[in-house]
Amino acid sequence: MLELKNLCVSAQSEGGKTEILKNISLQVESGKFLVVTGPNGGGKTTLARTIMGIMPAESGEIVLDGTDLTDLDITARAKAGVSYAFQQPPRFKGMKVKDLLEIAAGKALRLDESCAFLTQVGLCASDYIARDVDGSLSGGEVKRIEIATILARGSKLMIFDEPEAGIDLWSFARLTETFRQLHARGDVTIIIISHQERIIRLADEVLLIAGGQIRDRGPADKILPMILSDTVVGCNMLDQEAGRC
Amino acid sequence: MLTDIQKQILARVADMKDTAPAHTAVNIRTNGQKAYRSQGEHIKIESKTDRDGIDIRIDPGTKGEKVYIPVVVSASGFQDMVYNDFYVGEGADVEIIAGCGIHNDGCDESRHDGIHTFYLEKNARVTYIERHYGEGSGTGKNVLNPQTVLYLKQGATVTLETSQIGGVDDTKRYTKIVCEGADSEAIIHEKLLTQGDQTAVSEMDVILNGENSKTRVISRSVAKENSVQTFYPRVEGNNACFGHVSCDSIIMGNARVKSIPAIACNHVDAGLMHEAAIGKIAGEQILKLKTLGLTDAEAEEKILEGFLR
Repeated sequence: MLELKNLCVSAQSEGGKTEILKNISLQVESGKFLVVTGPNGGGKTTLARTIMGIMPAESGEIVLDGTDLTDLDITARAKAGVSYAFQQPPRFKGMKVKDLLEIAAGKALRLDESCAFLTQVGLCASDYIARDVDGSLSGGEVKRIEIATILARGSKLMIFDEPEAGIDLWSFARLTETFRQLHARGDVTIIIISHQERIIRLADEVLLIAGGQIRDRGPADKILPMILSDTVVGCNMLDQEAGRC
Repeated sequence: MLTDIQKQILARVADMKDTAPAHTAVNIRTNGQKAYRSQGEHIKIESKTDRDGIDIRIDPGTKGEKVYIPVVVSASGFQDMVYNDFYVGEGADVEIIAGCGIHNDGCDESRHDGIHTFYLEKNARVTYIERHYGEGSGTGKNVLNPQTVLYLKQGATVTLETSQIGGVDDTKRYTKIVCEGADSEAIIHEKLLTQGDQTAVSEMDVILNGENSKTRVISRSVAKENSVQTFYPRVEGNNACFGHVSCDSIIMGNARVKSIPAIACNHVDAGLMHEAAIGKIAGEQILKLKTLGLTDAEAEEKILEGFLR
């Protein structure tokens, strides 16, 4: 089980300290599929990066299956079973797709094993396995390779940050099927940051984060109608200054 | 008879486990002397009579044969200069494995200056692999100053893969390729690693005289600690031709890298471009690999390994 206890994260800005996550407490049972959604700038990516250890928590605790991760660095958290697919994955000149998959797996992979991971993200393995993970790949291709590395890593907690971003409709359908199959295995806790209804509907539970706080939590059938009814977002300035925004 | 140290260096710079593969043209030079020579079926090696060095003659139409001409300097303080000329016959397609390793346990400077000149006849294809490496417990410098000059006739193609894989204190590399014939092509992959107080200068002139001649220059380097690197890749287009120069360097510690590419178009149908980038390892790259379970040091090693592959 993943437990977040009173998690607070702040960043220093020109105007002083800005609170990004405000006292987040959360429990995710092992094997569950949680989708985190909410407006841009609400703290979703910060939450994911704080669990991975990329961003430091100002206060609070992060516990995975009884192991306190709070004071562990990124590498130690990765070894403790946390993995995180970046929203904007970096590229590596000279590093092959196969190399990256093997680093993720922590061992040499047979060709069929590497291919299986790529196929699960909708990439034709023979076209990609020997390619460099560099600027010659499109944003959508790099994104799918990133997801393949998380599958190769095989951690017990997998966090995906907007996996659908930049991915075409055909590949997206393949990807949702991969997430569904991963969940059906029952041995992986999945957290996906997403705005896509198809992904939200796969989840056991949906967490709505806005303004650095958990606004609501529940099954997709409860949260989705709330999101959809709230899609016409007003601008406060319009009310205040009579349309001069 | 080669010593164990010499054999180890040969393995590093020429992938040679023993003296030579069978039925292959091989010339091993150690401390300025011929240590071993064998002739290939269609490739002959002869000593020069007017100065130190060898002539390598590759018969027209030779396909798939290799030539090994590694050099080992293991006597501290030894200064070596050699002239090697390659005559590659029409339509030949061969691989030439050169390279030099220095083992210096003394306090004097060890140095090897190799001047290689290639003459490629019509439609000849050459892959030239050159690895430079230095080692040893002494305080004497390991210095390598290679000059590689190539003349390409119509339809000839050369692929140069040069790498300096560590331990060389000073290097001044000069490469000149003249694509004289129509449809000739030169591809250059250069890899360079410097550390400590090492310095490296790589100067290059590619002259595209032939119609539809082409060149691609891909230079990758890593400069660590206090080392200094300077690159001068220059391409000149004197006919309808295409050239692309790409120089990428990773800089670490207090190292300094200067890249000064130059392209000159002297014909309206010459298309030349260059790009150069110097920067440290991106923080996100390290973070990404740490999330896959690597430490900072392991992540850095993997990034550099890929970059210099």
